[in-house]
Amino acid sequence: MKAKLVLIGNGMAGAKLLEELMSSSPDKYDITVFGNEPYGNYNRIMLSPLLAGEKTLEEIMVLDRPWYEQHGINLYVGEEKAIIEIDRIHKIVTTLDGQKTPYDRLIIATGSKPFILPIEGTQLNGVMSFRDISDVEKMIQASNQHKKAVVIGAGLLGLEAAMGLCGRGMDVTVVHSNVVPLNRQLDNEAGTLLQQELSTRGLNFKMNAQTQYIEGNAKGDVTKIHFKDGSFLETDIVIMAIGIRPNMQIAKDAGLHCEKGIVVNDTLQTYDPKIYALGECIQHRGGTFGLVAPLYDQAKVLTNHLSEHGVAQYQTLPSATKLKVTGINLFSVGLIDEKSDEKTADNQQFETLVYRDKQQGIYKKLVLKNNILVGAVLYGETKEGAFYNELLDEKKDLSEIRPYLMFGRGLCQERMTENSEQEIHKQAVIKGESK
Amino acid sequence: MSNTVLARDKSSINLNPELRNLHTTCAYCGVGCGVDAQINDDTRSITVKGLTSHPSNYGRLCSKGSALADTIGLGERILQPQVYSKAVSWDNALNTIAQGFKKVIEEHGPDAVAFYGSGQLLTEDYYVANKLMKGFIGSGNIDTNSRLCMSSSVVGHKRAFGTDTVPGCYEDFEQANLIVLVGSNTAWCHPVLFQRIKKHKEDNPHVKVVVIDPRKTNTCDIADLHLAVNLGTDVWLFNGLLNYLNKNNKLDLEYINQYTQGLEESLQAAAISAGNLTETATILGVNEKDLGTFYKWFSDNEKVVTLYSQGVNQSSSGTDKVNSITNCHLATGRIGKPGMGPFSMTGQPNAMGGREVGGLANTLASHMDFTDDNIDRLKRFWNTDKLTQTQGLMAVDLFDAIEAGKIKAVWIMATNPVVSMPNADKVKKALQKCDLVVVSDCIEKTDTMDLAHVKLPATPWSEKDGTVTNSERRISRQRALLTPAGQAKHDWWMICQVAKRLGFNEGFNFDSPADIFREHAALSGFENHVVKNGKGRRRDFDISGLQSISNEEYESLQPIQWPVNAKHPNGSSRFFAKGEFYTSNQKGNFLALTPKLPQNSTNNEFPLALNSGRIRDQWHTMSRTALAPQLNQHISEPFVQMHPNDALQNKLCDQQLVKVSSKWGDMTGRLNITVDVKVAEIFAPMHWTNQLSKTGRINSVVNPVVDEFSKQPESKFTPVKVDSYPANWHGFMLSREEISWPDIDYVVSVKGKQQTRYELAHSTQIAQPITQMLNWLGIQNEAAAKAQQLEILSYQDVGSNLYRLALVDKNAQLQGVAFMAPDTNLPERTWLSMQFEQATLSTRARHALLSGYAPAGEDIGAIVCACYSVGEKTIKHAIQEKGCITTKQLGIELKAGTNCGSCIPELKQLISKCSQ
Repeated sequence: MKAKLVLIGNGMAGAKLLEELMSSSPDKYDITVFGNEPYGNYNRIMLSPLLAGEKTLEEIMVLDRPWYEQHGINLYVGEEKAIIEIDRIHKIVTTLDGQKTPYDRLIIATGSKPFILPIEGTQLNGVMSFRDISDVEKMIQASNQHKKAVVIGAGLLGLEAAMGLCGRGMDVTVVHSNVVPLNRQLDNEAGTLLQQELSTRGLNFKMNAQTQYIEGNAKGDVTKIHFKDGSFLETDIVIMAIGIRPNMQIAKDAGLHCEKGIVVNDTLQTYDPKIYALGECIQHRGGTFGLVAPLYDQAKVLTNHLSEHGVAQYQTLPSATKLKVTGINLFSVGLIDEKSDEKTADNQQFETLVYRDKQQGIYKKLVLKNNILVGAVLYGETKEGAFYNELLDEKKDLSEIRPYLMFGRGLCQERMTENSEQEIHKQAVIKGESK
Repeated sequence: MSNTVLARDKSSINLNPELRNLHTTCAYCGVGCGVDAQINDDTRSITVKGLTSHPSNYGRLCSKGSALADTIGLGERILQPQVYSKAVSWDNALNTIAQGFKKVIEEHGPDAVAFYGSGQLLTEDYYVANKLMKGFIGSGNIDTNSRLCMSSSVVGHKRAFGTDTVPGCYEDFEQANLIVLVGSNTAWCHPVLFQRIKKHKEDNPHVKVVVIDPRKTNTCDIADLHLAVNLGTDVWLFNGLLNYLNKNNKLDLEYINQYTQGLEESLQAAAISAGNLTETATILGVNEKDLGTFYKWFSDNEKVVTLYSQGVNQSSSGTDKVNSITNCHLATGRIGKPGMGPFSMTGQPNAMGGREVGGLANTLASHMDFTDDNIDRLKRFWNTDKLTQTQGLMAVDLFDAIEAGKIKAVWIMATNPVVSMPNADKVKKALQKCDLVVVSDCIEKTDTMDLAHVKLPATPWSEKDGTVTNSERRISRQRALLTPAGQAKHDWWMICQVAKRLGFNEGFNFDSPADIFREHAALSGFENHVVKNGKGRRRDFDISGLQSISNEEYESLQPIQWPVNAKHPNGSSRFFAKGEFYTSNQKGNFLALTPKLPQNSTNNEFPLALNSGRIRDQWHTMSRTALAPQLNQHISEPFVQMHPNDALQNKLCDQQLVKVSSKWGDMTGRLNITVDVKVAEIFAPMHWTNQLSKTGRINSVVNPVVDEFSKQPESKFTPVKVDSYPANWHGFMLSREEISWPDIDYVVSVKGKQQTRYELAHSTQIAQPITQMLNWLGIQNEAAAKAQQLEILSYQDVGSNLYRLALVDKNAQLQGVAFMAPDTNLPERTWLSMQFEQATLSTRARHALLSGYAPAGEDIGAIVCACYSVGEKTIKHAIQEKGCITTKQLGIELKAGTNCGSCIPELKQLISKCSQ
């Protein structure tokens, strides 16, 4: 008899795990999946193009229901199939509608939920987040009925939401607590360029702003948003896009060790050896996750273990960011604001290589530490992003190609070949004499 | 300087202009190539090609000659006389000169004034200059830059032949079985003659070429044997040869007995100094077997030509070197016959013409020297009682006398002694101290012109009109293709005008160069025969056959080799096959020669010997060749060649900047480590000036040692040391507009197509490099750039001290770039330079711009073929990918090497390198 594997969560991480597992050891487990969104699996990072109207729902589906059937996976989705209890002693999970399913291995991939500011008015009609398909549906509906929107948070999600709404004809203001948008991915200079570009595309910005409360009318609809400096904006909807928090309640309730997220080791095991966790719900070596690349890596490591193939260990690597707004090329990976990096305490020197072509809207910065690439911001021209991503992962000494680094892989390769030819020639000149 | 007088309204430009063709000669080396020029008077432009009918080149031209049309722009010209930096009328300038010279002559005598001329003056200019100084001012103080290149040959010829005669002609090279090239990088310095030799060798594989040169130059490309002799040891070499010929019974006793004298003494001297092959080989620093091979080839080949040039002449024993060569040819009777003879190759287009008129301080006029009968003869011919009785001061002494205050007024014509004289800083000081410095030149800014009190706008090549004589004694017309620009005047006119203002009206009433030429021709025939009362005297230089030519005949004069007289109405190719030397008894002289090492020797403090010379694509002090962008591509910076062993010992790296210093001065150049030079010998080019480089004048370093007979400087040997230049950073800028030099240690300007390049280095760090470079490019700050609608691209890697900047205008046209790095690891400038030729930058190019390299796969590499701008990488690609394994195939594929052909040796090297 096959061991029973239960997966809680049918999001990006969970689905990736299933895919990996199916290609690695398709017959090892009897698999059951619970998801509380009423779909198969869709690509959550494509929600922005969906909002912008550049993609349809069908186009963003990754694993549809027949896939699960083909692979003999039991799929239970919908709000009533949300898991409400994990019985670790008997190794059974229970859904909201009372379905009990035993497991030999349990995987928690419950993802995250949007962070909602602890302020007055968040319950008003028109206050929403940007997390799933139902959020997108609500936003599209609002854009059809209303004129003004405020997006709180100028992170990736906030800007994508804002541009989506803007594209749907709304008058959108982005409210942000920092001086530049995308400040976790961009330094001030790139952030300023981005803000300028988005402004020319019709987005309004209110930077350095602390939201105080949201005001509504008698019907319970949003009317205004107020800031700590006493100013306010009139608005019909408010999108909160100020970050996510790991969704770990179910794990906490089951007595698994949780801090900022569900704490896992390098093999993605929780404190209960039968239970694993991956994705945005976990905390690994003090860090939590919000981008897709590490989730995929985690899925691979976990598959390796579930397949009993070996000893892969998960390692948190810097992940690259792109803004999914058509025509805006932006790439960010690793440490990008060397001054604010807390590791400067160890006295190792960060060095930056900066390229600017302002009129072309191009700004690039590479951050090196001991000639190893630790971060890159590319604004306006990002085709070498993959190259820098590789170098970042390889962690190799780049002193030889440093003068060419900024100008991409092709030049680096060409110069290396050329330089070694010249070196051979030089040696030949010297040897030419010694005979 | 305003060019508005010359600018033409565009609407007046005829779209189908009538083009004229004129035949003229090239402005540069002593080969004297004929040029077929097509002239567009509407645009004041020309195109040139080799003149097929000219017997010097038969249609060939070298890279410099091919670029003549690109050097006639007016931007750098002086077009109006200036006195103390103020534009004045000709009248004013000429009066200033006449009054100045008159005052000095009255107060201090005629020897307190001097002329310093040039092998680039035309014969007619030269003639009147010599006539004025020697005949009417009454001083011998007229010397010329030919002192620096030809005077050892002049004296050598006179000692051996009794007169300054080149006995052979170019055809001899094509009839010889052995060609010996001594102290001559013929491939670069006389490329068309080199091509003739090369063709002859290709057509006749038995023909052997021996190159005798301390350096391995491109000339060695056709050599069957290269003897890399130690600097200055030529007399040992040829004494050894004379001894060998004697020991092997190769002397032509019949010729010797009949036509020569002094053999015994010279054989003795040869046996003493070079009687032992092993010892001689050791002194020369060459392989004994190779030396024996050369001697054997020389003795076995009747038809042998020995060509020699500055490697022989520029030496403290230059005259002896010349005679060590003439000795060998006299001893074998191989002189003046087809395919044989010693052949002095002149450096300048009209060094020979200068010698003919007597423009050297130690000659009188028309191949007459300072003997009583000649002085008397010339007095009568010129109808003057002021003729100088004694020779004047020769170049080094002349400038020393200026420095000492003995000469108080000097007129320098068509030359740049502040760059070309040895111990050049002293020459500069001398001129700074001199009361009256007159300079006539076609270029407004030269190192010498900068020191002039009176600046005279002379006509340049393309406007001047007269005759020149090349190395094979061939007189050709150099014709005016265009009317003089601005107020430019011919040198002869200026000289005659000053002469008249000095009160010498009679002798200087010339209306045209033809007038002067007729007088010059008449003088050459004047009493040029032996008469019994002793008044007559035979002279080799005789063009009396041309003394009555009409203006029209002068205008259409075809190239002709002197002598031209009753006996040889159509000229004559050779001298001395049957003796008839111009000594008192008509016998040719052997010289007994005791070899000497260069006067100054290397020592602990100055352990290296500096050799200097020319490069392929530049001429003299570059005032004209550097105007043609294609000529600046081959080598664009002053450099220093050094052997790897010396580099290692001095801890120097290839391409770094080094300071070369001697007891006399210093220069800074880029180090080129190569086995082409010998251990303990370095080489640097003679060309760079302060107009083009802050610190690249090699002649500041060169010792002012001269040959005791010819007074020619020893420019090929100066004891020096070489130190690393302590650069804090290196860099370069390219700018569409010319910019003023930054105030830093090392600057070299290089004119390119649509841009000027500035190579930079400095010993201390620059604060805020990006802003500083912006300033250097002529933009105060970012706001100023914005105001001018200039876009700034920048790259900085502070940790590596890398800073780069580019300026692009609103039409995406590149305006400037600047690169700065802590070392010489900077990109090739070729691709960046080429971006200035684009009306707009492509996006790919813009993104790659500050890398300095072409977008991957688009780089053509350093330019090898200057004529067609073909780069090294393109050539390598054609060799490796398209299977071009001969220079001919490369020519078909890329056109490389198919025009002037001077890059063919480099193409060959690339072929052999790539197929290894």
